[in-house]
Amino acid sequence: MDTPTPLDGNAAAGALGELFAFDITAAVATCAACRDPRPVAELRAWLDAPGLVLRCASCDAAEVRLVRAGDRAWLDLRGIQALEIGLPAGP
Amino acid sequence: MPAPTPAPARWLVATVAETVPETARAVTLRLDVPGWPGHRAGQHLDVRLTAEDGYSAQRSYSIASPPGAERLELTVERIDDGEVSPYLTTVADVGDQFEVRGPIGGWFVWDPADPGPVLLVAGGSGVVPFRAMLRHHAATGSTAAMHLLYSARTRADVIYRRELEELAGPHRAVTLTLTRETGPGWTGRRGRVDADLLAEVGWPPEVQPRCYVCGPTPFVEAVARALVDLGHAPARIRTERFGPTGSAGPTGG
Repeated sequence: MDTPTPLDGNAAAGALGELFAFDITAAVATCAACRDPRPVAELRAWLDAPGLVLRCASCDAAEVRLVRAGDRAWLDLRGIQALEIGLPAGP
Repeated sequence: MPAPTPAPARWLVATVAETVPETARAVTLRLDVPGWPGHRAGQHLDVRLTAEDGYSAQRSYSIASPPGAERLELTVERIDDGEVSPYLTTVADVGDQFEVRGPIGGWFVWDPADPGPVLLVAGGSGVVPFRAMLRHHAATGSTAAMHLLYSARTRADVIYRRELEELAGPHRAVTLTLTRETGPGWTGRRGRVDADLLAEVGWPPEVQPRCYVCGPTPFVEAVARALVDLGHAPARIRTERFGPTGSAGPTGG
């Protein structure tokens, strides 16, 4: 009870759903540090930090940082090299 | 100017239509939520309580009702030092209102189009999203084999016990295991979910079942590790953890 433990990235879906028009937790993020590709829902989510942090489940690098305050949010995605997003078939 | 808000981010007013005690600590709330956009089996939602002085607290809970059910249902287990669950389990009554936002999370979901076999492994109130999946499986007449392995501390802690017995059928199986007291007349399993039990109750890795694991973090990590050790591909395993105090994850706080 004293040692905080991370949750899954899907626990961050509500906060991220405020920002993205698609469900980013179902997208596959490639970690910029170790190149591990993994659905955002399977990253390690730390929700009790001053902001929200999603860390790579393989190398622990921070992939997503989000701070929400008042009427704005600050989003840092530099830990993600690429996002693969499922969409309906198009051109 | 604010951009159009995606549907999941909109807060809706939920009105308690009915409360159903499940165990000494868990209550199912049946809610009327005008404007609810529908959901998939396994998704969760955020609940926001706001006090008169403006202080608000927010938690995530798994949705207990299947898609298309008449009412949205949450099953909430009381965390004694929680901020939200004591209200939802002991104070909230018919007619009371709070806010919900969802559905949330498109990853920890089961879709009837999945030909499956599907292994569901629950610890404690981690059974909640699986109740939605089992009921959806029944409602859609799916013939994908679905097996729930559910670990609870004692018989009195088993949530949905009668309903799970009724849901078991030709394509749905339910195995309960009790980790503490079993009491007289208990003919089910005893002990924790470990590799031996998973090997006996689950499918061999060659069958490539999709595995869903939900429960407290240590439970989820132990079960996911055991499944990988048995030879199941990590990509076939989907997990949903909630923290030791249930502080932030689905079915928490």
